[in-house]
Parts: sequence; C-alpha cells; structure tokens
Amino acid sequence: MKTSLNRHRNIIDFALSSLLRRKMKNFSLLAVYTLIIFVIASLLFFVNALKREAALVLADAPDMVVQRLMAGRHDLIPAAYAEKIRALPGVSTVTPRLWGYYYDPVFGANYTLTVPPRPAVEPGNILVGAEVSLNQRVRVGDMVAFRTSAHIPLLLTVKGIYPAASNLVAADLVVMSPEDFQAMFNLPADRATDLAVTVANPRELATVAAKIVEFFPDTRPILKSEMLRTYDAIFDWRGGMMVVILTAAVLSFVIFAWDKATGLSAEERREIGILKSIGWETADVLYLKFWEGIVISLSAFLLGGLLAYGHVFFFSASLFEHALKGWAVLYPKFKLVPAVDSYHLAVLFFLTVLPYTVATIVPAWLAATVDPDAAMRS
Amino acid sequence: MIELSHVTKSYNVGRNNQFTAVDDVSLSIESGQLTVFKGPSGSGKTTLLSLVGCMSRPSSGRIRLHGIRPAFLAAEEGNDGFDISNLPERFLTEIRRTTFGFIFQQFNLVRGISVRENVMLPAYPTTESHAAFQARAEELLRLFDISRHAASRVEWLSGGELQRVAIARALINNPAVIIADEPTAHLDSKLSREFMEIVALFKGQGKTVLIASHDPIVYDSRLADRVVEMRDGRITVSGPEP
Repeated sequence: MKTSLNRHRNIIDFALSSLLRRKMKNFSLLAVYTLIIFVIASLLFFVNALKREAALVLADAPDMVVQRLMAGRHDLIPAAYAEKIRALPGVSTVTPRLWGYYYDPVFGANYTLTVPPRPAVEPGNILVGAEVSLNQRVRVGDMVAFRTSAHIPLLLTVKGIYPAASNLVAADLVVMSPEDFQAMFNLPADRATDLAVTVANPRELATVAAKIVEFFPDTRPILKSEMLRTYDAIFDWRGGMMVVILTAAVLSFVIFAWDKATGLSAEERREIGILKSIGWETADVLYLKFWEGIVISLSAFLLGGLLAYGHVFFFSASLFEHALKGWAVLYPKFKLVPAVDSYHLAVLFFLTVLPYTVATIVPAWLAATVDPDAAMRS
Repeated sequence: MIELSHVTKSYNVGRNNQFTAVDDVSLSIESGQLTVFKGPSGSGKTTLLSLVGCMSRPSSGRIRLHGIRPAFLAAEEGNDGFDISNLPERFLTEIRRTTFGFIFQQFNLVRGISVRENVMLPAYPTTESHAAFQARAEELLRLFDISRHAASRVEWLSGGELQRVAIARALINNPAVIIADEPTAHLDSKLSREFMEIVALFKGQGKTVLIASHDPIVYDSRLADRVVEMRDGRITVSGPEP
C-alpha cells in the first residue's frame, strides 16, 4: 500500500543503516553524548533527591532556632531563656534542645547524639541508626561503650535500631536520655544546645525574632525560611556549585555540537549530491539527517538518563557524593529515594536533543541545496 | 517524446568566468529509441543530459516532455506534453525520480552500504512499501547476475559489477527514460559490449535511452537509432530523425 507514512519509514530505515556503516564514529559520538547527558542528569537527579530529603527534614524543623553566641561562635544557651522567650507575645512553644556530635576513635566515625523533646528512652538506654548499629556491630539488647568528655566509659544498652529507609535522617543518629547526654558532655543541667521556637502566626516570625535579639543581645535567631534558602543556595540547580558543574557540562555539549555542525565530511557531501541526483528532494535529505540526529541524541538522552538514574538512586551518586553531600557525620551509605523532576528532564531534553538535531540538519541543508547536476560532474 | 527548443545553459552568468555549456540547441528525441550524444570532452553532452533529466534548468529555451504524466499535473493538463524549463525543484525531483533512471560515469554508488541498499536508494523517498521495492531490487539483481553480491558492500566489487549495480539502481523505479553519461568510460571492450547488450534489453522494453559517449562501441553500435554530434555546446550533426 502506498502511504506517506511509508516514505518516512523508508527514510528511517535508511538512516539506521546509514548510521551503522560508520559504527566507530557514531558509537564514539554516542558515548561522548551519553557521558555528557549522564553527568548533567546525575546532577539534576541527585540535587532534586537531596532537596526532597532536605525538605522532608526541614518539614519537621521548628519555625525558628535560637542559638546563643559567644565571641561570634555558637555557645550553650541557658535553659532559663526559654521561659522568658515563651512569654513574648505571639510565641507558641519554646523547647530547649540537646544535641551534639561524638567522634568514636575506635570505629573512626562521627555520630549525631540527640535528645528528643519528649524522652524516648530511659537513662542507660539508646536508640541508634542503622549505620551506627552496623558500624558498632551491635543489635538490640547489646551494650555500647561511649567515652565521656572526662574520658570515663559510659555503657548504654541498645533498645532499638532505626530502619535503613530513614537513613539520610537517622543513619548516624544516637538518641539518648537527657541525663546520659549531660553525662557524656559534662553539660550543666540548666543549659541547652539551642531553643526550638514555634510561632502562632508565621507573619510575626520576623517581629518575634527582632524582639528576641532585643531582649537577648547574645542570641541569634535562625528562621526556617533562612535554612531553606541556604539549602537552595547550595543545592538549587541554578545556584552554587551546580551552576559551575552544569556550565562545564553544557559548554562541553556546545563544543561537541559545534564540532558536529561544522564537521560534514567530503564523503557525506558527496553522498548528499548522489541522493539528490537520483531523485531525493532536499526535504528527504533533511529528514534523513533529522532521523540520524534523533536516533543518536534520543539514544544518548535515554541511555544517559537511565545510567544517571542508576548512578544516583542505586549507587548513591558515588561519583560525586563526597563533593556534594557536605561535611556531615558518618558518610552514611544511604540510598536516595527516587525523585525525578519532569520539568528538569524537559529542560535537559530541550537543551541537548534539540540543539544537536539542529546541529546535524543545518550543514546537511547547506550541502543539500546544491544543484543535483553536481553529481554528474563529480 | 522529448522536445528541446533553443535551449541554452550558461554558468556563472554576469561574472568574469561566465561560460555557455549548451548553446541554442533544438532537438526532438523520439520515445523508445536509443539516441547517442557524441563529441569531445567539454562539448556540452553531459550538460544537455542533465537539462533533459531535470537536474538543472536551462538559462533560456524550452524543454517539453510528452507521454509522461507526473502526479502533480491536473487531469486536463499535459495531454500534449508539458514544459519542464521553469518547474520548481520539488516537481523536477518528482519527474527525475519517476521518469528518469541515471547511470553516471563514476557510477556514484554510496560506499559503506550493501549492493541491495544501493539499488533501492532512489525508491526510499517514495510512498511505496519497503517490501515492494526490495522485491523489485532482488529481481533486478538476479537479472544482472549480481544476486550473490546483494549483501556485499559496493567497494568490494569489480568495475563491471559496479556498473551493473548502477544500472539496477537506475531501473528500480521503472523509469521510462534511461540517461547514461559516458557509461563505458571505465570499462574494457568486453564489458562495454555487455553494457550494449543491456541497452538492447532496455530498447526491448520500450524505454527511451540517451547516452553521452565518445566510445565507438557505443556510437557505432547498430542499436543506436540516432547519433547527435556536439561541439562547443552546439549540435554539429543531429543525425537523421527516425
């Protein structure tokens, strides 16, 4: 049956066989293209997943955290401040928090020690993250020996282990009672690490923060919105180190596409002349080059995207996790929960597949506008 | 019938290097016959064939085709032939693809793809199904005894085999007119005679054959119905019109 669909199917068929005859060239092209897509997509997936995790963490964060400053550095805050801040108009709750870091010289790991607002364990007991239990090789009911700041061993019983699914939040976590925490760090009972403040009306946050600073000049209120902004500045794909890496990858792509655009070989020009002389229209030649470009760029896009997905969500972005995950703690081997932003994917598609396809069509169009009788004279 | 009336083709018009390749040529070519264009290199044979084959447009003059009905013509048009001198490229391409089969001096086969694919090349941008023109290609490969090379790349073939592939390619869309530019230039006498046997086959099928050649095996052949001699872009001897 004669249909116009046949024409496109025939041209696609020839485009595939045309690509296969330059196996080495096209496979190396595909490899470079896939690598660039892989780097960019990995970054997008990674940052998006991290932002999602961070948003989950911050979702439970208080509206404001009040720290005390001493000589420009974070200092323990008197628990008595909590009562005075609670008395300020607009403030709902003020909770003194106890948390800190502990380096275990035996296992060479940092743990985050914390005391929940409502006691979760009795003195002498702890709850630990999955990585801590692996690291210490302990199970529920086992004893763990920590060393206090006075270098006295403190024996604690593991009462529970957080599941691995909560790894980003809990991998390095050790939850203990206030008494054990104070014993660990020789902390006075009337001091807290900081104060978690919630405000009834979010619009009053800035006013409440200003009043806290007015009444307690040695404190520093940190708003939740400021924490979010900091995360964005570091991890947003248009900000921070993302811009540097993304720019490098996009520039590589531009160079790559430019090279392709200017690299129509004499052999390819000759072929275009032959095709025109035996009855191919300029549009047919452009379709051919379009399909060749689409096959390469779409394959690279899908392959690079899939590899990036595997790299980020199955191998924990092992290529650049240390650069991007920050300085924290145990370097937990957590797996990010797959979170792909379709907007980012669409941007990536339009910034890579389309320019490459255009880059393959333009030189072909220039070559295809020659008179077909040129082939008679070659 | 192909009718040329005062056809001139000039290149680089208005520049210092302007030259006229075909100069005021008028000629009628009958259908179903072999017309040989004879003349030295640069005499305008190739240019004339490219004009007739819709590869380029004349600078002046008219070329009319009779007995051919391209799809773009309305039902009432073209009964007494139609002028191809000023057609847009799209229409010229369609006529070129459906009406003419070309055999080039250098064969102009595409390297890196198989013999079969080379033969099918002119049929790819058509609305026909791949299976249909592939079956036709296989038939042509059998006809020219090159089936065993169907899957081979063209760069592995000998000169004679290359030419048979080029001929098979010219026939894939079943054209009414075959145009061959110096088809025996790279062939020995034996292969040149074999080529003329294939030309006899074309004539037997009622195809019009136009050959530009300065090979006596071609222009002295008894198959030639007419020999047109050219020099400096003009016809010097137009041969007896049949």
